[in-house]
Amino acid sequence: MNREISLLQSIGLGFLGLACFLGFWQGLAMSGLVSNIFLPSPIEVYDRFTTLLERRFAGATLPGHLAASFQRFAYGFLLAAAIGIPLGLLMGWYQLLDEIVSPLFDALRFVAPIAWVPFAALWFGTGIGGPIMIIFAGAFPPCVINAYRGAKFVDPRLIEAANMLGTPSHRVIREILLPSSVPSIISGLRVSAGLGWQSLVGAELIVASAGVGFMMVQGQANVSTTTVMAGMVAIGLVGLALDSALRLAERIIQRRRGLDN
Amino acid sequence: MGVIEFKNVNKVFGPRATGFRALEDINLEIRDKEFMAIVGPSGCGKTTCLRMVAGFETATDGVVSVDGTPIKRPGPDRAVVFQQFALFPWKSVYDNIDLGLRNLNVSRADREARIDAILDLMNLKQYAKHFPHQLSGGMQQRVAIARAYVLDPDVLLMDEPFGALDAQTRVVMQEELVRLARKNPRSVLFITHAVEEAVYLADRVAIMTRAPGRIKEVLDIASIRNAENWDSYEKIEDVMDLESFVHLRTHIWRSLREEKAAQHA
Repeated sequence: MNREISLLQSIGLGFLGLACFLGFWQGLAMSGLVSNIFLPSPIEVYDRFTTLLERRFAGATLPGHLAASFQRFAYGFLLAAAIGIPLGLLMGWYQLLDEIVSPLFDALRFVAPIAWVPFAALWFGTGIGGPIMIIFAGAFPPCVINAYRGAKFVDPRLIEAANMLGTPSHRVIREILLPSSVPSIISGLRVSAGLGWQSLVGAELIVASAGVGFMMVQGQANVSTTTVMAGMVAIGLVGLALDSALRLAERIIQRRRGLDN
Repeated sequence: MGVIEFKNVNKVFGPRATGFRALEDINLEIRDKEFMAIVGPSGCGKTTCLRMVAGFETATDGVVSVDGTPIKRPGPDRAVVFQQFALFPWKSVYDNIDLGLRNLNVSRADREARIDAILDLMNLKQYAKHFPHQLSGGMQQRVAIARAYVLDPDVLLMDEPFGALDAQTRVVMQEELVRLARKNPRSVLFITHAVEEAVYLADRVAIMTRAPGRIKEVLDIASIRNAENWDSYEKIEDVMDLESFVHLRTHIWRSLREEKAAQHA
């Protein structure tokens, strides 16, 4: 099965999978086996989605909610990257720091972001800090882990070359470890963005103003399952776009460094 | 100055009693501005000798020193040219050469002047902005040599620097290194398993035994080179045809073959 699959074919196959899924779902909804309130049909969800694009629900249109969510996500994600990447690189370079931080970090990263909700509410109330903290909790570990791995797996010959040139540690970290780790860091950022965006609904359980998660919670309260599903679709689409953008960035960076084949 | 000295050096990888004995009782002095080549069968520990001078490895017993100071860590006073070049792929040719000078806190103007000069000397001028992957193997090794030479180190360590190059490129690089080394002499420790290369380049050649590596013999090439005026020939093949060259080469070949035979016995 080493047949080359062209880009066009690959897109076509993706759509085929989507069409089969939607067809099955529509069929199931129309069959009457499941009550409409339990499983709205894709067409109803689509209608609701387009309505929400223009009409306000829970205080804002869907794009308005998305914008609010995206802002929170961006803060949490950028904060995770800004702290996680340097921390990972430092852990990869300084053995002592690695020994001190790794056990704590390895235990903490198994705590699901949503588990932080009570504390986020307690510490930050309904302010912007709470959701950022939860998104941060989701996005932080992959940033650290991938920067750490990148630093650990840098070609030892390059470290030797840097050492024989008398390169001080801070410069080795910035000019050798960091660029060498870029591919690993970028794939970490992709995972990180995914987990951060996933944590959004949990994060917005405790906001009272706007956001896709907030909109979905309000939809649930109003027994509007189509609203909840429209929210799911929106989260999925934005997540897909985010991942594609980071994937593109990954490719551009690889190409600029002449590492693509 | 740049006197490299190995004094009663042993190197064991792993536990002292049961580990792999790589080097045994190495005693060797490389004089100031002398070009010393070490030849030996693969796995004889010749690269380990170089890595100890570089500060990448420490001796199990004995002392490796430069100008009487035991070596503790790597540093720009002992520049290394690696077999696999080890250029920084994300840095341009210019920036690769610049890093060592920046580490020495050389002023910007000075750095520019020195890099310009070395790029000129190594015929790299038009490649300053290129990245390593855009260059051929020979060009990359030129950059690596420039990166080492620009630091004006007392000691230059070359670990089979032409081993990864094709035969034609290799010859050109050997001729250029002779030109560079005669014009701008340094204490050089040059590791190779190519006998002609050692005879052509070095002032003295040390022959090592198979593991555990020992110095078997040290040959004086420089006196013969000067007596026979090898440097008056521009091309390596002209030198290689000389009777004096053939004689030395054959001598080293025989010596190494004994080692091979001993290995298979």
